[in-house]
Amino acid sequence: MLETHTRLRQLRKTDSLQNLIWYLARRFTLFVGSLVAASALVFLLLRMLPGDLAQAKLGIEASPEALAQTRTEFGLNDSLILQFVKWLGNALSGDLGVSMLTGANIAQEIVNKATVTLPLIGLASVLALVFAIPLGMYSALNFRRRKGIGIAAISQLGIAIPTFWVGVILVTIFSVKFQILPSGGFPDAGWSSWSGCLESLVLPAITLALGQIAMLMRFARSATIEVLQQDYFRTARSTGLTRGQALRVHGVRNSLVPVVSVLGMQIATLIVGAIIVEHVFALPGIGQMLLQDVSIRDYTKVQGTVAATTAAVFFVSFLIDALLGFLNPKSRASQ
Amino acid sequence: MNRNRNLFFGICLVAFSSTMALLSVLWTPYDPLEINPDISLAKPSWSHLLGTDVLGRDVFSNLLAGSRTTLITAFLVVMITMSLGVTTGIGAALSPRWFNRTAIYSIDIVLALPAVLFAIVLAAIRGPSTFTAVIAISIATAAAVAQVTRREVNVLLNSDYVLAARACNSNRLRIVRRHILPNIRASLFIQASGAASIAILAESTLSYLGLGTTPPAPSWGRMLASSQQYLIIDPIVALWPGLAIIFTVLGFNLLGDGLREALDPTLRKSKS
Repeated sequence: MLETHTRLRQLRKTDSLQNLIWYLARRFTLFVGSLVAASALVFLLLRMLPGDLAQAKLGIEASPEALAQTRTEFGLNDSLILQFVKWLGNALSGDLGVSMLTGANIAQEIVNKATVTLPLIGLASVLALVFAIPLGMYSALNFRRRKGIGIAAISQLGIAIPTFWVGVILVTIFSVKFQILPSGGFPDAGWSSWSGCLESLVLPAITLALGQIAMLMRFARSATIEVLQQDYFRTARSTGLTRGQALRVHGVRNSLVPVVSVLGMQIATLIVGAIIVEHVFALPGIGQMLLQDVSIRDYTKVQGTVAATTAAVFFVSFLIDALLGFLNPKSRASQ
Repeated sequence: MNRNRNLFFGICLVAFSSTMALLSVLWTPYDPLEINPDISLAKPSWSHLLGTDVLGRDVFSNLLAGSRTTLITAFLVVMITMSLGVTTGIGAALSPRWFNRTAIYSIDIVLALPAVLFAIVLAAIRGPSTFTAVIAISIATAAAVAQVTRREVNVLLNSDYVLAARACNSNRLRIVRRHILPNIRASLFIQASGAASIAILAESTLSYLGLGTTPPAPSWGRMLASSQQYLIIDPIVALWPGLAIIFTVLGFNLLGDGLREALDPTLRKSKS
């Protein structure tokens, strides 16, 4: 009897390990595939410009000689596929080329600007998780009571609020009215004056987090409602735990799975949200740089920045999926 | 009404903003583009219900005219999204296995692309306009619709009544028309209202960033962007376009939730 049991367990273990490896391999193929497809798309779109990059750089009145020289310089005489493969190869080794207008190293600039954008996104995600899960649970515990419905209604409203408007309102309250936090900008010294940096990231991070809180709360709420109806929850209650205690022991982890997976899907929204928030608060991050490059039509830099950002989005969603594969065997089986 | 509050409020809000948009075609209190520097940043009064902006333009008239831009965008996005998404979804489900697989992967890739980033690239190339915004938003939402549709159609194709229809020698077109479309209609309505609310948020965001609707066409996103510069003098002007966006988006969200409650019998059971 015991032998069969052990044998079964071993079988299940190897089986699930194989499953996991297959799942990760499939997920990784999708990651690489989407990366190549997305960069090809951006590349092609930018090549569909009227005229070509050399023309865009030098203007309509440029002499044919100057145009020809720039074309050789940027390798525009090669076939499209060769250009793309070259660019992709360089990009994979971390070289995104130079800006068409200023000649600055694009990868270097992105890394510099990331010191603003990454802390912003990180701070916002932490805020979102810290507030969304307890709020969602609270609203689930008070399901169909006035308090719970009130919180659900606020979350419904929170999803409908545009990010930039929240930013504008927060600036009005905290910077214009009470003048306790800066309305925008970032210390020139960077993170060497870290208190100033944190201060100027508080409002942007709250702005970015609010929409996410409203969104994640709904998932935490429905996951908790589900847990409340489970048999194991009733068993936990019957051992004498209160609803709150039982939820803390058995509910938190179970409701964490959908919340983390939603946060993973939301990472794209967070990054795009960061572009908007940086614009509202005049933060010198990647998003603000991208918008400026778009307005001065620095196409090579737009291409590099968009490709890098998309790669980051894909990578994070791959990581989250891999994490969920470990956490929750059910998610591997899908598809 | 008592049983489905979401649907009731959703319909009310959507009807209200549609009425405002229709009204703005026929009549606005002032010409929304009329500049009058003498009454710059006037407080709300009987002659200017919500006051004026920095150029002396009537805020209420601009709000009305902005709702037109917003709803036209939403309408176009919903039309493109639904036709593109549903055809792709059904087509993928009906096609041979290998194509179905490829379709899944391509849809997944488009879904993973951040729509606003894509819109930014498009705006960089074609110059900002409402049209580029509509295209970028539609492609992103269509992928989501295609994914859901494909999944649902796949389930339906394995049902007994589709099998029976095939046994009766119905061709594919007939099966789609008689057995599949009626069964996914509910989910299509829900997704259409979802696409509308996404479109409104995205359009206002892009216009706020200067990548969507271009001046002088009035739009809520741009109204907010211009009011932001005068926050210190007059913060109230920034309030109205934001509230307008919130209530329109809320309307479409509630409409979607309400429709889901009304049309999905399994949900009704678990709720009562």
